[in-house]
Amino acid sequence: MTMRRVFIANRGEIAVRILRTCKKLGLASVLGASEADLHSTPAKLADEVVRIGPARSSESYLNIEAMIGAALRSKADAIHPGYGFLSENVDFAAAVRAAGLIFIGPTEANLRAVGDKLRARGHAEDAGLPLAPGGSISTPADARALAERIGFPLLVKAVGGGGGRGLKRIDAMAQLEATVDLAIAEATAAFGDSRVYLERFVASGRHVEAQLIGDGETVLDIGLRDCSVQRRYQKLIEEAPAPGIPEGVSEKIREAAVAFGRHLKYFGLGTVEFLYDRETQEFYFLEMNARIQVEHPVTEAISGLDLVEEQLALADNGKLRLTASDIRLKGHAIECRLNAEDWRQDFRPSPGVVTRVLFPAGPGIRVDTHIENGASIPPFYDSLMAKIIATGDDRNDAIAKLARALSAVEIQGVSSNRDLHIALLTRSDFAQGAVDTAYLADFLASRAATP
Amino acid sequence: MDLTNDDVEEIVRLLDSSFYDELRLKTDKFELRLRRSGSGWTEEKTTLSTPNLLDAPTTAPAPAAVKASEDIEGLVSIRAPMVGTFYRAPKPGAPAFVEVGAEVTEDTVIGIIETMKLMNSASAGARGRIVEILAGNGEIVEAGQVLMRLERAAP
Repeated sequence: MTMRRVFIANRGEIAVRILRTCKKLGLASVLGASEADLHSTPAKLADEVVRIGPARSSESYLNIEAMIGAALRSKADAIHPGYGFLSENVDFAAAVRAAGLIFIGPTEANLRAVGDKLRARGHAEDAGLPLAPGGSISTPADARALAERIGFPLLVKAVGGGGGRGLKRIDAMAQLEATVDLAIAEATAAFGDSRVYLERFVASGRHVEAQLIGDGETVLDIGLRDCSVQRRYQKLIEEAPAPGIPEGVSEKIREAAVAFGRHLKYFGLGTVEFLYDRETQEFYFLEMNARIQVEHPVTEAISGLDLVEEQLALADNGKLRLTASDIRLKGHAIECRLNAEDWRQDFRPSPGVVTRVLFPAGPGIRVDTHIENGASIPPFYDSLMAKIIATGDDRNDAIAKLARALSAVEIQGVSSNRDLHIALLTRSDFAQGAVDTAYLADFLASRAATP
Repeated sequence: MDLTNDDVEEIVRLLDSSFYDELRLKTDKFELRLRRSGSGWTEEKTTLSTPNLLDAPTTAPAPAAVKASEDIEGLVSIRAPMVGTFYRAPKPGAPAFVEVGAEVTEDTVIGIIETMKLMNSASAGARGRIVEILAGNGEIVEAGQVLMRLERAAP
């Protein structure tokens, strides 16, 4: 490798995850940390730590100038952006490259093509992917005509949104105008982009996504994941492979993802998300995430690959070193996201200091975390504490292992959603496979109904 | 940690076939405790290395200014329900929810506290008139810190 020193422009568990691969490859690691994270677990594990700014993300993890200044000061030659924060920011990628550093991620053209959700829809259409009925709207009359064609319920989505942010459900024409207005106001405030579009809402939809890696010429897929257990469009449980999809259909979804990647001349690691309609067995393109995902470990577990290592290798020499024959999927893996929140109190956030923590260990169990005894969970960032990943010979084996592993988790000092995960995993409808995106909401509603 | 998940898995595999119920491993970089728990194992890990800060510590972070947290006779303290960033307006540039002199009821929203990327509204909690605003826009507040004070309306 010509790359020697990797700067990590992120925090939390993904920073620990990236550090681990840097160590494995003998690369020096530098962590860019905010004031709140100077004593975090990744700060202790990195070879060096550079202060990027105050605790608030806008002044640290989202501050392009501060981040690049810190990377240059540390004499790093490459930047790994992780997920969230600046990972899919075109200006950041351009600034990293302009500073003479390697950006461990896609090209700016790729980021531009998928960052704008409406443009991504256009590319998907050009690449021949199935799309949920929908489109852009500019006037109330437009919206009414389009809504008429799509039918209710439907979703209004922010063009600058994505990752579950900036969408609202509309059930009837009477709500259309007010909800669209609200969506425009919120999109303007949150993303600085007032554009919204409408899309059909699939009632019994599953969230299925394909892991891609490409070098601009060759694009490979590393199988499907299912992330249907979600709350307010935030994923909680993810698994690979996606269960209960007929062989022919899952093959088609993977091919569609590859076709999309080829059309974009995609470079780097990315995920193409689809909505799969359980009733009709049809699938629709949703969006593409041009970065490593939170849920990447389930793909690693069944493929034996280290996806961060593949990202580094690709960024280093510009060519894929994997070929289709290197991709062999085996077994089943499920991941639970342990968050610092009180799920019994309407998921109230629970920042604080973890006084003591016990995690499960052993064959088939992986824990990706930044939490250990005495770790603090600042109120400024997201609530993800740890990901527990269990791998089994088949889905039932993985579920049983994960449920057992979760019951060994003990976290003191802050609230966690451990018991929610155990309840969700051990319900018979989950064991039967293929729950849809309403599963968690239904579970919470049924629980509220029976005190 | 210079100990990977694979390493821990390997150690657990070895321990599993032994008579031992607990292993404690301590180096200058980390401390690891593995314990038998039912049919599986638990791990407790502490990283002992200290962060290697590239920049010389410029100035020690200023200790957070001590914020008034006492009640004042005759006034109602509106306290932060949780730790987070306090915002006085629904979005940047918008007028504040309340100013000094505003008449409020129990449910009047007086600000937003952003915690872990979630927005939580803070309400007045009592009926009356705002007489003092202590927490500034964008300020980091502790749970229980006094945000504002109000004079209770005559019953």
